[in-house]
Amino acid sequence: MVLGTYKEVVAARSTDKQIQKLAQDGGIVSGLFCYALDEKLIDGAVVAGPSDVMWKPEPMVAMSSDEILAAAGTKYTFSPNVWMLKKAVRQYGLEKLGTVAIPCQSMGIRKMQSYPFGVRHLADKIALMLGIFCMENFPYESLRTFISEKAGVDFDLVEKMDIGKGKFWIQTADQMLTIPLKETHGYEQNGCKVCLDYVCELADVSTGSVGTPDGWSTVFVRTDAGETIFKQAVEAGVIETKSMDDVKPGLGLLEKLATDKKTKAMKVIDERKAMGLPVPYKGSGEKEDPLANV
Amino acid sequence: MSILARIKSFLGMEAKPDKDASKEEVEKVAEEKAKPRIGYIHLSGCTGDGMSLTENYDILAPLLTDMIDIVYGQTLVDLWEMPEMDIALVEGSCCLQDEHSLHELKEVREKAGLVVAFGSCAATGCFTRYSRGGQQAQPNHESFVPIADLVKVDLAIPGCPPSPEIIAKTVVAAINGDMDYLAPMMDLAGYTEACGCDLQTKVVNQALCIGCGTCAMACQTRALSMTNGRPELNENRCIKCGICYTQCPRSWWPADRIKQDLGL
Ligand SMILES: Cc1cc2nc3c(=O)[nH]c(=O)nc-3n(C[C@H](O)[C@H](O)[C@H](O)COP(=O)(O)OP(=O)(O)OC[C@H]3O[C@@H](n4cnc5c(N)ncnc54)[C@H](O)[C@@H]3O)c2cc1C
Ligand code: SF4
Ligand code: SF4
Ligand code: SF4
Repeated sequence: MVLGTYKEVVAARSTDKQIQKLAQDGGIVSGLFCYALDEKLIDGAVVAGPSDVMWKPEPMVAMSSDEILAAAGTKYTFSPNVWMLKKAVRQYGLEKLGTVAIPCQSMGIRKMQSYPFGVRHLADKIALMLGIFCMENFPYESLRTFISEKAGVDFDLVEKMDIGKGKFWIQTADQMLTIPLKETHGYEQNGCKVCLDYVCELADVSTGSVGTPDGWSTVFVRTDAGETIFKQAVEAGVIETKSMDDVKPGLGLLEKLATDKKTKAMKVIDERKAMGLPVPYKGSGEKEDPLANV
Repeated sequence: MSILARIKSFLGMEAKPDKDASKEEVEKVAEEKAKPRIGYIHLSGCTGDGMSLTENYDILAPLLTDMIDIVYGQTLVDLWEMPEMDIALVEGSCCLQDEHSLHELKEVREKAGLVVAFGSCAATGCFTRYSRGGQQAQPNHESFVPIADLVKVDLAIPGCPPSPEIIAKTVVAAINGDMDYLAPMMDLAGYTEACGCDLQTKVVNQALCIGCGTCAMACQTRALSMTNGRPELNENRCIKCGICYTQCPRSWWPADRIKQDLGL
């Protein structure tokens, strides 16, 4: 269960050429949101939009495909998307809301849905949560520092960033640079160290790059709501799929990375408990499956 | 076993009867659909929590007619003597200089099976924390405290006001004896000294914050914004309701319930 509960896992990508060009991986997030908007399954989606500062995302409510695409691509720093949900409902008046979430954001949203203490008339308006895999996140200054210092690139010239094959990849107009992931250690966000979710186990549909070749995504279909919309999108020809068995490196690598993340986090959780520091999860000795996100 | 006894025994408030017998009893009670007697007690509050209860438009009629009996409550029931109740929803904090409030609160504790701090004023003091007397017509009415400072509180439902949904969920869970669902609310009964600054001391300072923005989303007065991925508090807007820390995914984490709710 290191990959959470799911109905189906496939390799997939958006069939739209423009989405393929702008998206981080297979364009599953942008592709599904654009399709859901077209079909009126959602009337807007909270995404990590651009801000005045290069590579510093700001949550935004996208209500058209153009706005969804303007926010495509991974930004390896905080975008407090959950913050924007209330605004989307109250100020934009949206009734069926989509949102993209990294695992910890999905936890804030799901907890709010199960226990909406002060959050009125919002829990039932979240129609589609697309989750993305996440090993760790970086404070903006960390990101800027290791890119400008370790890779020696002007931050403003960076066109795409990616993590994969043990490296942090930095693409500019005319070159591709890499930093060994080891050298980014110490720059990651502290709160990530106790996180027990790699593949966004609580999303309707979750997706990431690991497991599939470049330009493709690994996709877990998890909830009933997620299954309905993903199937529709595939039938409509918006998304194409392949069996995970037919792609490399496949599910094995994903299982390994998820296990590594959880094992490391569990150790930190146990250490924190021994020190008497607060942590919202059970210690490894207190639960049946030490890697479960409880 | 009455619903009162059932809830009490689940809460460990009195000696538990023989296990097998109680299981049968629970099923029997469920069949009989005994309606819990609910009281609504209004101390130093604004009636916002009671209003929020009534905003459960879709389910209000069945809730009030089929599932519960509202047996007491100013604004709701024409009755002066406080009756015995299974569940008492207490709204508002308690003024230490007001004899009547003190007396009423003690009476509630005696007459109710479950005492619920209903809304943030009752649970954390909320913005009555800022009271300091000196106003007409009772300049000495100065000190307001969450009700758990004065009597034992079984459950807290913070929120200013709590959402209609959480009120309905709580009442239904109490009727069904769903103690797993209520467990966090039992813990929250101990969270009486709340403030937006809890995010800094209990989350950010403890290396737990992940910049999700749930706290800023949940704040009911927009006292919070997110700066560089961390909550930033405008203390002048904070009413000490405690909702931000309560909703933060890094304060407590109900994973099992979430999976159940999602069908995962
Ligand atoms: C911090 C971080 C760490 C990640 N780590 C991994 C990993 O270890 N392994 C892996 O396989 N995949 C990881 N991913 C996911 C991966 O980079 C892609 O986001 C994912 O595969 C979706 O690609 P796509 O082509 O379907 O999405 P696209 O169509 O490109 O859309 C991406 C969506 O994500 C949103 N987004 C971008 N940045 C953020 C952010 N910081 N916070 C919230 N939303 C954001 C965008 O607004 C957009 O809606 C990570 C993503 C992030 C943000
Ligand atoms: S918590 Fe808010 S709604 Fe409830 S009594 Fe206090 S001020 Fe009114
Ligand atoms: S809700 Fe999210 S952003 Fe706010 S304190 Fe908690 S972890 Fe940090
Ligand atoms: S910051 Fe907002 S949510 Fe938190 S205690 Fe203050 S008013 Fe309540």
